[in-house]
Amino acid sequence: MAVTTSDLEVVDRIGGAVDAVGAAQRAASLATRSIKREAKVQGLQLAVRCCDLTTLEGSDSPGKIRQLAAKAMRPSPADPAVPHVAALCIYPRWVALASELLRDSGVKVASVAGGFPSGQLPLDLRLREIEGAVADGADEIDIVIGRGAFLAGDDEGLFHEVTASKNAAGPAHLKVILETGELGSFDRVRRAALVAMAAGADTIKTSTGKISPAATLPTALVMAEAIRDFWDQTGRAVGLKVAGGIRSSKDALRYLVIVKETLGDDWLSPDRFRIGASSLLNDLLMQIDKQRTGLYSDPDRYTID
Amino acid sequence: MSRIDVRKTYKLFIGGTFPRSESGRTYEVCDVDGHPLANAVRGSRKDVRDAVTAARKASAAWAAVTGYNRGQILYRVAEIMESRRSELIAEVTRADGKKGAEDQVDRAVDTWIWYAGWTDKTAQVMGGINPVAGPYFNITSPEPIGVVGIVAPQAPSLLGLVERLAPALCAGNAVVAIPSEVRPLVAISLAECLATSDVPHGVVNLITGLAGELVPALASHLDVDAIDVAGVAPDALTEVEVAAAENLKRIVRPEPRRSPHGVTAFMEMKTVWHPKGT
Repeated sequence: MAVTTSDLEVVDRIGGAVDAVGAAQRAASLATRSIKREAKVQGLQLAVRCCDLTTLEGSDSPGKIRQLAAKAMRPSPADPAVPHVAALCIYPRWVALASELLRDSGVKVASVAGGFPSGQLPLDLRLREIEGAVADGADEIDIVIGRGAFLAGDDEGLFHEVTASKNAAGPAHLKVILETGELGSFDRVRRAALVAMAAGADTIKTSTGKISPAATLPTALVMAEAIRDFWDQTGRAVGLKVAGGIRSSKDALRYLVIVKETLGDDWLSPDRFRIGASSLLNDLLMQIDKQRTGLYSDPDRYTID
Repeated sequence: MSRIDVRKTYKLFIGGTFPRSESGRTYEVCDVDGHPLANAVRGSRKDVRDAVTAARKASAAWAAVTGYNRGQILYRVAEIMESRRSELIAEVTRADGKKGAEDQVDRAVDTWIWYAGWTDKTAQVMGGINPVAGPYFNITSPEPIGVVGIVAPQAPSLLGLVERLAPALCAGNAVVAIPSEVRPLVAISLAECLATSDVPHGVVNLITGLAGELVPALASHLDVDAIDVAGVAPDALTEVEVAAAENLKRIVRPEPRRSPHGVTAFMEMKTVWHPKGT
């Protein structure tokens, strides 16, 4: 597919440079907001609903996928008020099993694909991986951009690979990982976000979780602002997913505040906001139990997987 | 030229650092004659929670330290306290009065040395081989219970805390302690000794403040394995016991005399069967 100037034209029309100090300051000031009692319970439950419960380990096995699928559907078996998570995020080879386990549960199957986590495979292999995952029943595909080309200034290459991936994913929801920890500056994060959105990404995502730094509050803010500007210009709503290093309920609530303040209440739903995490879910459950019982809980009371 | 006073701000001790309370609150502490002495940190329930998190994080590594090494570290606490003896005596004098202050500090130092000697002997003396019917060795050995909450007595300010802290550490536990509410300052100086004694960060955490606020949070915390009620007022004891029952926390009551039983009070007896060969 040939890239035309008009496809990328919207990126240049929105444009914009990022004030790095301002972004850090804004994110830090939003992070100080105090959320208590009923609002906190609602926020914690929303974070559970927006959670992509993730396992992307070399040691993943059918047993682990079964355990996590059960946990995704009923995170807290003793407390029916706790909702199911948004999706189970796994490697492609487990998609068939997971989609069978999660059928009709409301929990989506999300598969990483496209040469995750480096994105350094040839494009045709990446596309075949996406098609395979969708054929096996994945509702959502998390791809990672090839940073090498983008960092070399090849916006059109990035545009082309996201478009091709979107076509390969067909009906599946396409999340595009920018791997912001490797992009080097907020300006590049914003530009990569705009190119990915212009190329058809349904959601843009911060990180693979495989490198550090992963998600940070200022990065999420910069990406949320890019989504807002893209929405203003084109009327298309793109989702945001933060992933990597988010382990505490406090962090999750801070991301929710940033999304609410930047994008508004319409984005406070699993359709448009996700948190990718593995250990976060247990902390959310602990905090929900603390709010319910008044007692500080014990990590040993929650399943590891 | 006269110098401006350099006064010490007494803060909390959590995870090896000296933070103020997350709540930002303080309360006034008076000397033995009722004159204002300093503003101590008035810790909150969240500080207790943070301290328990720090203690839990530190507990496995501390429990894995050999008894021999743990004894050396406790002995070093005594060494550091000895080197700050005059300062500790001055602080105890302000809190508890001149009478007995020197003796109290000396006995606190000696308490560490006494328990330092027990770290690598508790298992032999308090554990054992049990006679069983069958070709097996049946071995019982004490192991640290995990995270211990300590409510120190109101007085004596230093010795009261050390006498409860030392056996819990000797046993290999991580501790969250609530020092004397009315005389908390010397506990923070003790924390400075602990922080420079190779006691790993998080193994001892001290939260000063109002007992009525802190003790219920500690007693009801589900990630605390035992609570020492030495300093719990008799009329508050039932409440603590009820809260502790939620996760079957062990209630530890101080014994009148120092003994290795005071160490195993903070330990769990673990028994294994092992086949005797032929």
